[in-house]
Amino acid sequence: MKFSVLINEGPYTHQASDSAYQFTKAALAKGHEIFRVFFYHDGVNNATRLTTPPQDDRNIVNRWSKLAEEHKLDLVVCVAAAQRRGIVDEGEAKRNGKDATNLAPGFRISGLGQLIEAGIQSDRTVVFGD
Amino acid sequence: MTIKKFMFVNRKAPYGTVYALESLEVVLIAAAFEQDVSLAFMDDGVYQLKKGHQTKGIEMKGFEKTYGALEDYDVTKLYVDSDSLAARGLTADDLCVPVEVMSRAELGKMMEDQDVVLSF
Repeated sequence: MKFSVLINEGPYTHQASDSAYQFTKAALAKGHEIFRVFFYHDGVNNATRLTTPPQDDRNIVNRWSKLAEEHKLDLVVCVAAAQRRGIVDEGEAKRNGKDATNLAPGFRISGLGQLIEAGIQSDRTVVFGD
Repeated sequence: MTIKKFMFVNRKAPYGTVYALESLEVVLIAAAFEQDVSLAFMDDGVYQLKKGHQTKGIEMKGFEKTYGALEDYDVTKLYVDSDSLAARGLTADDLCVPVEVMSRAELGKMMEDQDVVLSF
């Protein structure tokens, strides 16, 4: 089956990103396709490469980056939600006059149309949030 | 383009969290993609539609007008859970747009009928 995943909550505060990660990993292990993982609301905070969790804890951001690399996942961060919360790639930094970037490897910033397209293209869209 | 049934389920009060505002942004994009869009309001989400938002005092941008503008995007299917209204002492007359008030069972059936349900 072709799945897409929507994550609406940030890392560590809420289990949504953890659950979505476990779901995505399990779906891939069972041979399903993940069309896209979309990050919205505070979910965009899963895409900052500047997090430094304690060493004995899971690294939620790096874990997504690694999974994306292993499975060629499309991790998409909503641009409007990212702008509100300071998640920045080079294009956004240039456009909005910011002096730094923090988007983690494997993620890309794009529009909400990507979420709707994911809903259209996938057999199931699974929402992880509050 | 494939047209799917998208339902947006709104469960939170309008300004305490950002969900209502950002949910409206997705709704407008789904409408721009010419999808079959409906909105459901339940729990504190029914407050999103209450007439007379006054946001000046909390220094937040009011978005009550956006609900009124949904019609311009051909988004006219607004469903409200009757129990959630009643529990908050509200009726359809207190709301800023025309809606269809229905029971939870009916709302459940509508959800069953959807291709994509996004809950905020």
